[in-house]
Amino acid sequence: MDIFTNLADGFATALTFQNLALALLGTFLGTMMGALPGLGPANGVAILIPLAFTLGLGATPSLILLTSVYYGAMYGGRISSILLNIPGDEPAMMTCLDGHPMALKGRAGEALSLSGVASFVGAFLATWGLILLAPQLVKFALLFGPAEYFALFALAFATLGGVSSTNQAKSAFAAMLGLGLAVIGVDTQTGVPRLTFGEVHLYDGLDFLVAIVGLFALSEVFIFLEHRHGSADAGKSAATKIGRITPSWSMLKATTPTMLRSSALGFIAGVLPGAGASLGSFISYSFEKRLKDRDGTFGKGDPRGVAAPEAGNNAAAGGALVPMLALGVPGSGTTAVLLAVLLSLNITPGPLLFQNNADVVWGLIAALFIANFMLLAMNIPMVGLFTRLLMVPPRILMPIVAMVSFVGIYGISGSSFDLLVMIGFGVMGWVLRKLDVPLVPIILGTLLGNTMENNMRRAVTIANGDYGTLVGSPLAISLWAVAIIGFVLPLFVGRLVKARMHARRDTESSTSD
Amino acid sequence: MSDRIFGAVGLLIAIVYAWATLQIEESFLSDAVGPKTFPLGIAVILGLASIAIALKPDSEPEWPSLGRLAEILAAVVVMVLYAEFLPVVGFLIATAFATTYLTWRLDTPPLQAVLIGTLTSGGIYVVFKLILGLSLASGPFGF
Repeated sequence: MDIFTNLADGFATALTFQNLALALLGTFLGTMMGALPGLGPANGVAILIPLAFTLGLGATPSLILLTSVYYGAMYGGRISSILLNIPGDEPAMMTCLDGHPMALKGRAGEALSLSGVASFVGAFLATWGLILLAPQLVKFALLFGPAEYFALFALAFATLGGVSSTNQAKSAFAAMLGLGLAVIGVDTQTGVPRLTFGEVHLYDGLDFLVAIVGLFALSEVFIFLEHRHGSADAGKSAATKIGRITPSWSMLKATTPTMLRSSALGFIAGVLPGAGASLGSFISYSFEKRLKDRDGTFGKGDPRGVAAPEAGNNAAAGGALVPMLALGVPGSGTTAVLLAVLLSLNITPGPLLFQNNADVVWGLIAALFIANFMLLAMNIPMVGLFTRLLMVPPRILMPIVAMVSFVGIYGISGSSFDLLVMIGFGVMGWVLRKLDVPLVPIILGTLLGNTMENNMRRAVTIANGDYGTLVGSPLAISLWAVAIIGFVLPLFVGRLVKARMHARRDTESSTSD
Repeated sequence: MSDRIFGAVGLLIAIVYAWATLQIEESFLSDAVGPKTFPLGIAVILGLASIAIALKPDSEPEWPSLGRLAEILAAVVVMVLYAEFLPVVGFLIATAFATTYLTWRLDTPPLQAVLIGTLTSGGIYVVFKLILGLSLASGPFGF
C-alpha cells in the first residue's frame, strides 16, 4: 500500500525530538487560544507565524507547530462554550447550546470530557479522510492549466462569501480589496512598479503576514478597547462545578453513532470551498437535532448535542486542509492563514507539493495524528488547567497579544514601516468588522492575488492574447458555473441558513473560521 | 447610513484605484495582457460592489460613543509612537510603556498597570530574546 509507506515515512519525519516538542507546544498554545474568548484559531495561528518564521524553523517543523495550534484551537473553543456560555472561537458556538445547560446541571466535567472525545473522533477520522481524499484531488488537479486555476481561484472567492458574510456585496468588496492590495509592488512579469506611489518600501509589495496580523490580532485589541472589556468573563461563573471529568461508558456508547455521523458531515463541510469549521459544527448539530431530537432534549443539555458540533467542527478542520494542500485554495479562514505559512516558506501548495515536497505533506499528516493524541491526553485529565487559564483577564491578555504581534512583525523585517502598516491594517480591520465586512476574503485576496493574476496572464499569453481561453475548456466552464452559482445561490437560499447561524454568533466576529 | 457612506468611500477608492492603475508606465517588454488589465478588473468589481452596498445598506452597526472612539484613536497613537520609538529607545522600555498604557486603558489600576507593563515587557524579552534568540530592537542601552 502506497499510503502506508508514505505515512511511515511521515512518522519518521515527525518523530524527532524537536518536532514532538513543537507539536506539544502547539497543541498547548492552541488549546489555550481556542479557550480564551476573543482569540480564535485564525488569530492564534496569525500571531505565531512571524515567530515561527523568525525562529528559522524549517518547513516541516513550522507546519507542525502551526497545524497543532490549529487543531488545538478547535479543541479549546469548547471549554468556554461549556463553562461560560461564551464561544471561545466561532466554531464552538453550537457547543454552547447543549454544553452550557449540561454545565448548569453540574455535569460540566462530563460535557468537557465527552466533547474532548468527540473532538478526537472528528479530528482522527478527518485526518484519515485527508489521507484518502487529498491524493485523489491531486490527480484531478493535474488536469488544470492556467485558465482552470484562474477559474478555481474565482470560485474560491465566490463561494467564500456565501457563508462568511450576510451580504454578498460586502464579501465581494472584501475579496477585491485583498486582490487590490496584492497588486501593489513591482509587477512580476514586466518589472514595472504598480500602485506604489513612489514609496520604495512598497516595491516588494505588502507583506501578507503584516496584513494578517494587523487585520486579525490588532483589530481584536481595538474591539476590546472599544468595549472596555477588561475583566475576565470567567469571574462571574467560575463557581461552576466541574464534576467528574471522565465520561461514562454508557454515555460514550450512546453518543458514538452521533460522533461518526457528525464527523462525516463535518468533513464534507470542511472540504467544500468557503465553508470551514463553523459550518461543519452548525450542520452537524442541526442534522443530529433533526434526526434524534424526539423528546425535545436538545438545547437542554443533551450529550448528543455536545458531541455532534464538536465532532463536526474538528472534522471540518481536517477537511479544510484537503483543498488547501491539494489545490492551494483554502476552504476557511484559518487554512487561509496556514496557506500564508506555506507561501512564506516558499512552498507552493497544490498538486506539485505532493510530488516535490512529499516529506512535508506526510510529515504534516503524521504530526496531525500525533497532535491529536496529545490533545486527547491534554484535554481530558488536564482540562482543569485550561479552565483556570480562562480566568486571566483580557486587560492583561490583550496587551500581550498586541505586543507579541509587534515582536513577530518586527522580527521579520526589523523596520518600523511594517509596524505602521500593521497598525493601519488593525484600524482597517476594526472599521470593516464594525461594518460587518468579512476579513477572510481580504486575506485570501492578498495571498492569492499574484498567483491568480499570473495564471490569468499566462493563459492569455499562451493563447496569443485571446481572452476566450479563460472559458475555453469544459473544465474551466464548469468551474466558472459553480463559481457563479456559489455566489448567486446564497442571495436566495443562504439567507435562511445564515440567519439561523448568525443568530447565535457575536455580531462583530468577522474572523470566522 | 453607515453603509451608504461606506459604499461611497468604496466607490471613491475604486475610482482612485483605476486612475492609479492607468498611471502605470508600461514597459516596452510586455506580455499579451500587460500590467493594467487585472487591477482594472479589480477596480470595476470593487466599484460595483460598493454601489451595491450603498444602494442596499444593511442595518446600522453599533458605533461606539465619542469617548470610546477617542479611546481607540489614543491607542492607535500610542501604537504609532511605539513603532517610531522602538528603534530609538529599545525594546524593553518602549514595550513597558506601551503595555502599561494599554492595560491601564483596559481598567487596570495605575500602579498595577505599571507593574503589569514592566512584567510583560520583561517576560517577552526573556522568552523571545534570551530563550528563543529572536532579535528585538535594541536601544542605546543595548536592550
